[in-house]
Amino acid sequence: MVVMKMKFPFQKRVKLAQGLWILSWCATVAGATTFTLGCILKTELRRRAEVMDNQDIHIVPNTLMIVGLASLGINYFASKICQDALDAGRFPRWKNFLKPYFAVSCFFTVLMLLAVIMSYAMKGSLESSLKAGLRNGIRFYKDTDTPGRCFQKQNIDRLQMEFQCCGNNDFRDWFEVQWISNRYLDFSSKEVKDRIKSNVDGRYLVDGVPFSCCNPSSPRPCMQYQLTNNSAHYNYDYQTEELNIYLRGCREALVNYYMGLMNTIGAGVLSIFLLQGSVLVSLRLLQTAMEAVAGKENTEIETEGYLLEKGVKETIMEYLDPVLKFLLLKNQVEEGSAAATTTPT
Amino acid sequence: MAVLRVKFTKTKRDKLAQVLWILNWISVVTGAILFSLGLFLKVELHKQGEVMAERDIQYVPNTLIAVGLIACAINFLGGKICYDCVDTTKFLRWKLIMLPYIICTFFFTFCVLVGALMCYCMHWELEESLNLGLTEAMRFYKDTDTPGRCFLKRTVDMLQMQFQCCGNNGYKDWFQIQWISNRYLDMSQKEVVDRIRSNVDGKFLLNGVPFSCCNINSPRPCIQQQITNNSAHFNYEHQTEELNLWMKGCRQALLEYYIHIMQSIGLTVLITWLFELSVLTGVRYLQTSLENVLRQGDPNSESDGWLLENSFMETARMNLNIIKSLGKGNQIDTATNGDPNINVPSTSKAHYGPDNVPPKQITEDS
Repeated sequence: MVVMKMKFPFQKRVKLAQGLWILSWCATVAGATTFTLGCILKTELRRRAEVMDNQDIHIVPNTLMIVGLASLGINYFASKICQDALDAGRFPRWKNFLKPYFAVSCFFTVLMLLAVIMSYAMKGSLESSLKAGLRNGIRFYKDTDTPGRCFQKQNIDRLQMEFQCCGNNDFRDWFEVQWISNRYLDFSSKEVKDRIKSNVDGRYLVDGVPFSCCNPSSPRPCMQYQLTNNSAHYNYDYQTEELNIYLRGCREALVNYYMGLMNTIGAGVLSIFLLQGSVLVSLRLLQTAMEAVAGKENTEIETEGYLLEKGVKETIMEYLDPVLKFLLLKNQVEEGSAAATTTPT
Repeated sequence: MAVLRVKFTKTKRDKLAQVLWILNWISVVTGAILFSLGLFLKVELHKQGEVMAERDIQYVPNTLIAVGLIACAINFLGGKICYDCVDTTKFLRWKLIMLPYIICTFFFTFCVLVGALMCYCMHWELEESLNLGLTEAMRFYKDTDTPGRCFLKRTVDMLQMQFQCCGNNGYKDWFQIQWISNRYLDMSQKEVVDRIRSNVDGKFLLNGVPFSCCNINSPRPCIQQQITNNSAHFNYEHQTEELNLWMKGCRQALLEYYIHIMQSIGLTVLITWLFELSVLTGVRYLQTSLENVLRQGDPNSESDGWLLENSFMETARMNLNIIKSLGKGNQIDTATNGDPNINVPSTSKAHYGPDNVPPKQITEDS
């Protein structure tokens, strides 16, 4: 049961070869584009690596880069093959190369599709990574004298100003953490001592946020401290005040940013996937059409081209058989040698 | 005695024409670069236009844009001329245009040089403009309810955060103006009333700065209020504290930014000017050598090329005489038949060919 049988007169074969040559060069450029998109995504993820707990999300840009490089090679060979296809003398030398070539190409094309699916599926992993990373960042905000955490304050401040966000879920995360270092607290003051005593862990907690949470679009000067105390500021109601500080949480802001980036890249990679797929299908049809011509005297006869000689299931079994035989043979050799070692004793 | 005379064989002339063709196309590209640099400078000046007072600084990017466009056009024409100059027959087409073209291009290169010099001289006007603009912007910082000034607060905050600066000359400028609007001051409080009364103009002044002056590199949370009061904060001395707020003034920060841009642009324009001058010299040599070839008659012979046919002084004198005689153009000069170069009395015999028979009057019907 042949898959997708088509008739190819001589002129159609020539047109197919020419069209495929142009298409494969376009696909080469597209492969380079995929590689570049992977690099861009990786750079953007690395820039905010300090607020990410794990690097699991990096599998998406890594896959894109690998697929981009592979498709450069695949399309280079595709263009060479279709150049030789119309020349009956030069085409036979590709005969043994084509079966593994198609297997590898299909694998990498499917990998491209997988990368796009992963970029949507890994949203949850990214979110939990950011949650843990931001929590640590806020916790170590005050430790500007601890080696390894000196720049945590700077990073968090820059992040909050650039992404216009405050805290992990929202600005109340700052109320639960001591973000003012003990070095700058006057322990002889009664107020400080009271605040520390009122807390179980002995932390100095305030209902205030760092200056980087301030919204420059606010019409009034920024109120950072005593945010929940309406009487501390003139004409202020914290439940209805929206413009004073950023209300959005940094986790939400970062997830939106990265998902937007990955959606754009995913759309581009999807169209490149379709292009690559069409290159492979055309090459397969050209190969089968030219194989029917081989050995005949009149090279201008009409031939048939097809995608798969047998059905899909049988073709897959055909490809997997050598792999399975290799694994089974290994097992048989091991069993045989184990039996041989036990019998002499 | 010609200025910088050089001998040109036929192959050397052809090579010169081809090289000049390529160089003219490169000059078109540099003209486009000049245009884009002018556009870039215009956009950058416009971005911070709200903190600049009305001053005539837009003439610098406008000049660069105009010069870039004219350079593209002139070098495009030059490329066409040089392409045709390989063939002496095609050169005849351009013969009359070439000298005016060279003169125009020579004056144009002066414009390019003026453009380069303007880039370097602009910063004095820019400094004054920024000084006035920043003072005004800081004064209207609190007027977020006045139409036309609603977004000045946001502009100044974003400026201070982006350029890492505070105030006009320094952070102390904020102490001298009221940057907290009366809408947010509780006039019933004694402290507020005292502060307003202590001031001649009735302004609410305090030794504090907006949050956008805060330095993110500071190891401690930002101290915005009571900056000059050492006892108000633990372990704090405002004379030695450098990391708390941005120390640089915004005028200096913006000036440094723009000077950096303009120095790079000025250098590029100077290099373009030198390149244009060298291309012009090549075209002049090509023109004079081709004209001499035509004068000699044999297109494959050697010819001389020069910058000026006579020395500088003589050429200057000749041109002055031409200009003077242009002024006398409306006077009829019968002695020389109106031609300033000939000084022959008109009593010479007319010569009508070998038979010396004067031509008959040809009537209409014959």
